[in-house]
Amino acid sequence: MNESFPLNAWYAVAWDVELKNELLARVVCNKPLVLYRKKDGTPVALEDACWHRLLPLSKGVLRGDTVVCGYHGLEYTSDGRCSHMPSQETINPSACVRSYPVAQKYRFIWVWMGNPALADEDLIPDMHWNDDPDWAGDGQMIKVNCNYRLVVDNLMDLTHETFVHSGSIGDRNVAEAPFDVHYDDKTATVTRWMKGIKPPPFWKGQLNKVVNHNGEVDRWQIIKFEAPCTINIDVGVAIANTGAPEGNRTQGVNGYVLNTITPSTNQTCLYFWAFSRNYNLKDQSNTTELKNGVARIFAQDEEILEAQQKAINANPNREFYNLNIDAGAMWARRITDKMVEEELKNEADAL
Amino acid sequence: MRYRNSWFDATVISRLQVAENVLQIQIMPASGTTKSFTVGSHIDVAILINNEIEIRSYSLVGESTPNTPYTIAVKLLKSSKGGSKYMWSLEQGNKIKISQPINNFELSFNTDDYFLIAAGIGITPLLGMVQTLVKKKGVNLKMLYCGKNKEEMPFIEDLATLLGDNLILHLSDEEGRYNTSNLIDIANSTTQIYLCGPLPFMNAVRKNWEEGPYENSNLRFETFGASGLFAPQDFLVKIPRFDLELKVKKDQTILQAFQDAQVEVMYDCKKGECGLCQVDIIEYSGDIDHRDFFFSELEKGENKKMCVCVSRVANGNITIDTPYRGV
Repeated sequence: MNESFPLNAWYAVAWDVELKNELLARVVCNKPLVLYRKKDGTPVALEDACWHRLLPLSKGVLRGDTVVCGYHGLEYTSDGRCSHMPSQETINPSACVRSYPVAQKYRFIWVWMGNPALADEDLIPDMHWNDDPDWAGDGQMIKVNCNYRLVVDNLMDLTHETFVHSGSIGDRNVAEAPFDVHYDDKTATVTRWMKGIKPPPFWKGQLNKVVNHNGEVDRWQIIKFEAPCTINIDVGVAIANTGAPEGNRTQGVNGYVLNTITPSTNQTCLYFWAFSRNYNLKDQSNTTELKNGVARIFAQDEEILEAQQKAINANPNREFYNLNIDAGAMWARRITDKMVEEELKNEADAL
Repeated sequence: MRYRNSWFDATVISRLQVAENVLQIQIMPASGTTKSFTVGSHIDVAILINNEIEIRSYSLVGESTPNTPYTIAVKLLKSSKGGSKYMWSLEQGNKIKISQPINNFELSFNTDDYFLIAAGIGITPLLGMVQTLVKKKGVNLKMLYCGKNKEEMPFIEDLATLLGDNLILHLSDEEGRYNTSNLIDIANSTTQIYLCGPLPFMNAVRKNWEEGPYENSNLRFETFGASGLFAPQDFLVKIPRFDLELKVKKDQTILQAFQDAQVEVMYDCKKGECGLCQVDIIEYSGDIDHRDFFFSELEKGENKKMCVCVSRVANGNITIDTPYRGV
């Protein structure tokens, strides 16, 4: 299986609330990083290895905005320049650790691991539902012991809901309803409408927070992948035959499952997710209930994905078979493969 | 970060004189592809001086372009220890050994105010920085480029096209020495300075900057330990402990003379940065030409220690002691 990832992309590295004026160690694209917030709140991402003898700087301390190495006390400013060396009056002019472009947007901290000259914040994938006042929600980060592409595969084909999540969101309708797959240079979209169905327990409960309805619904799942690892899933149900498939969703409830899966090592990833809804906005217990519910659902996925990674490792000569249901996942892989190939052509990985 | 050097066979693709005494050389690895690099990078070149292999570093000129040869520019120095003479002797098709690109002079993107300062051949690492920064949105970029006269200053036209009025040229043949105290007025607290040039010029800029109101770490510079306050001359080094008197020829360093005579000292960077090769000065005549960046100006003034990898003696001789304490 192709485990590769592009470097010229923004990757979520932390939830905004995780980052404080203290050192946080994370691995992104096989590179150890030390992260923190300056006193004024600005996020910082540095290479997590002292210039001198390579001790992880995350083993040291933060003094104000200055990182102090925990071995010999070399100090680094927030842009990675060494500002103090022990037992000498000067500082070696080449002493620095790499500093990575970093940005805060949509309640996440993003880093750019590739050529810093290309790091344009406009390229951060759209996840605005995570901090838009018309939406309410919350989420988590889980470290999953599998390659990030296996999570993308999982999200690009929700047929698995029927089998992995049968008690909550999955039923026969998901596995049996037809779907459409579209793509462009940067995105792949899988659209599935299940019209005139009995809602699964989860969605029946959500709809009844807004309107008392026990009959049939039209249910949708519109999975949108943006290379290399962001997937926003537009989900919801509306009272059947009220025009939702044609665009009128006023008689329904709508949620977005926001996912961005950062490659950490080749066999681990940082999976950031959130669930945002556009109904019952002021009900904070609804937010907590949804977050806990989705966390339970994703724990089921986590178990499957880690077992899958182990099986892949145990069968090093085996390739996947692909089915009709994998079309979305395969477009996602192809688009990401192209990004990686393009970089290799330019040898951006040599940076 | 320090990377282990890998060495590659390479070929001189072209040579072109781009200014008086400045030769632009294009080099292609035998593999037929170059590695991409960030601006501010250099390559090491293995050169032959008196049939001995020496390593010299040359900044890569311009931004990285896929499948394009590496470009360096070499100034023929009158006081050359042999490096620039060797590079000038290269002909198209000659085989040389080079390293992968290495960057000890990385451009940061965490400000929107840049002031690049080049003197003489110090322009080489800065041209790529200009090319990169002019493409960034909302960046305030100025450059000061000092030289004797336009004939000796390469890339002026390219820079003028890229920078327009933001290029400040200073020609010392016409205007005398640049007054580096002006820099503080041009800069502000968010300005990052990227500086490359001969030692006396860099020392003057550093002194002004360090005495000025702004963060020392906003001044970044690179040196390859090639220049000093005096032209290199032959001199004698006495080491009473070993009852030795060595001649240091003008085209070699004290460290090389030590190695030829099997006098051991510790060393690492060989460009006056790490301080490991320092020795005690017992007495001297003439002037000590401290070419390192390890000792502070105060320490240099005391003349008690010197870095033998780069520093020299002018108009005199010296007696030193090494750290050896065996019998």
